[in-house]
Amino acid sequence: MLKDITIGQYLPGNSVIHRLDPRTKILLIVAFLIVLFTVGNFAGYLALALFLFAVNKIAKVPFKMLVKSLKPLLFFVIFTAVINLFLTRGEPIFKWGIITITKEGVRLTIAMSLRLIFLVIGTSLLTYTTSPIVLTDGIESLFRPLSKIGFPAHEIAMMMTIAIRFIPTIIDETDKIMKAQSARGSDFESGSLIHRAKALIPILVPLFVSAFRRADDLATAMECRCYRGGEGRTKLKAIKMKRIDAGAFLISAAVFAVVIVMNWL
Amino acid sequence: MIETKNLKFRYDEEKLGLVLDDINLTIKDGEFVAVLGHNGSGKSTFAKQLNAVLMPLGGSVCIDGIYTSDEKNLWDIRSKVGMVFQNPDNQIIASVVEEDVAFGPENLGIAPDEIRKRVDFALKAVDMEKHRGAAPHNLSGGQKQRISIAGIIAMMPKYIVLDEPTAMLDPKGRKEVMETIKFLNREHKITVILITHYMEEAAKADRVVVMEKGKVIVDDTPEMAFANVALLKDVGLDVPQVTDLMYRLRGSGINVHHNLLDEKACADEIVRALEEK
Repeated sequence: MLKDITIGQYLPGNSVIHRLDPRTKILLIVAFLIVLFTVGNFAGYLALALFLFAVNKIAKVPFKMLVKSLKPLLFFVIFTAVINLFLTRGEPIFKWGIITITKEGVRLTIAMSLRLIFLVIGTSLLTYTTSPIVLTDGIESLFRPLSKIGFPAHEIAMMMTIAIRFIPTIIDETDKIMKAQSARGSDFESGSLIHRAKALIPILVPLFVSAFRRADDLATAMECRCYRGGEGRTKLKAIKMKRIDAGAFLISAAVFAVVIVMNWL
Repeated sequence: MIETKNLKFRYDEEKLGLVLDDINLTIKDGEFVAVLGHNGSGKSTFAKQLNAVLMPLGGSVCIDGIYTSDEKNLWDIRSKVGMVFQNPDNQIIASVVEEDVAFGPENLGIAPDEIRKRVDFALKAVDMEKHRGAAPHNLSGGQKQRISIAGIIAMMPKYIVLDEPTAMLDPKGRKEVMETIKFLNREHKITVILITHYMEEAAKADRVVVMEKGKVIVDDTPEMAFANVALLKDVGLDVPQVTDLMYRLRGSGINVHHNLLDEKACADEIVRALEEK
């Protein structure tokens, strides 16, 4: 059952979007989010929707996957929608008992729901088209200027790489420990919530012990392979900005500019 | 050449005496040395001395004229003496095979083109080129261990120390790894120091060193080392099945040669002995 957890959501491919430099994608996503929260009218949302649709088409991410990425947020979207719909004051357009729906409420509800949905789709497009390793490289490179003021850019990237690498290993291990404890009569499936939480202790303790042991082994192995921090390290695959990145920046800048300009129309 | 002189070592917490007690060994370039020993014989501790993971408490370890005790030689020594550990899962760093193999050269600050060449070379040397893009957790134990070895090969070390590299593998994985090790020694002239407690693996080396309680008690060719069956059994070690068979046959008064390791040679010897009768 634990095997079903998907790690990262990368969908391998070779589209233009896949081939973009991770830094380009990260920066554009940040710009996209900023633009998204400045949009003031529905024409703007329409433009951004078309933009997302186009990116999605180019990246060939199945529509199904986008819907799947929205699922975990569905509750959150509905929750904020309900709150906005019923609790926004303004000009009433519908009244029934204590329930009042205002014009402003409807506007706000639609705007907020669209923002959340676009936010999730936008970031999902990033993770669907960028492998975790490349994404880590991108983050490291973007934060490198900050390492001058003591920000541990390389260390954070290395930790992320190792975390990604060890997720399946630790999941396997959890599975094994759960089976071992079940064989000894542990019951994880029934009983009250507290009972079930307590049943997790015999899993977590050995899991932590083994994780620390692994960390120790790994540290020794890394030192034996001459790891001494980010200083003087080179990369097998150095990430490089190419012409398509410039193109992506130009096109996105044009779209975002149009959206911002539309705010005043 | 690796040279240890009067090497002594003890872990702080152990008051039980020396883990390594006066070890004098010389390992020549191109050799394939197996270090055999029971649990707690000090063989893994010895391995860790060879690339300065542990430092001698007394005596010295000298790699091509460089002493491990000198802190500033640390990275020279570690790029010269590669180390492969028991659990492949705990030494693979990246989630893509070729990225992991590139980890060592990346740390050495080698140019990307050269890293690419070395990664290709290393993956070819362990016969894992087909899996360059795979995720390590989808590979078998033997394959994972071969990736670990490739990660070391890519650093172009002169010596490889393998600390029980097959202990966690199934028979198939064990065979794959042993073949890889032999291939590297034979074709790429890499000096191999194999720490193991499997007699069959030790029998494939050029030289067998048996350790017991921190001391070297046997240092000879496999044939001669295993010939001393009584001594090995005394320190809780087994001998390869072939040797054991010959030993028992001799014990029952049949006149056979005892220092044989090869199954075919053993069969021939039995035939000869039968014909003689």
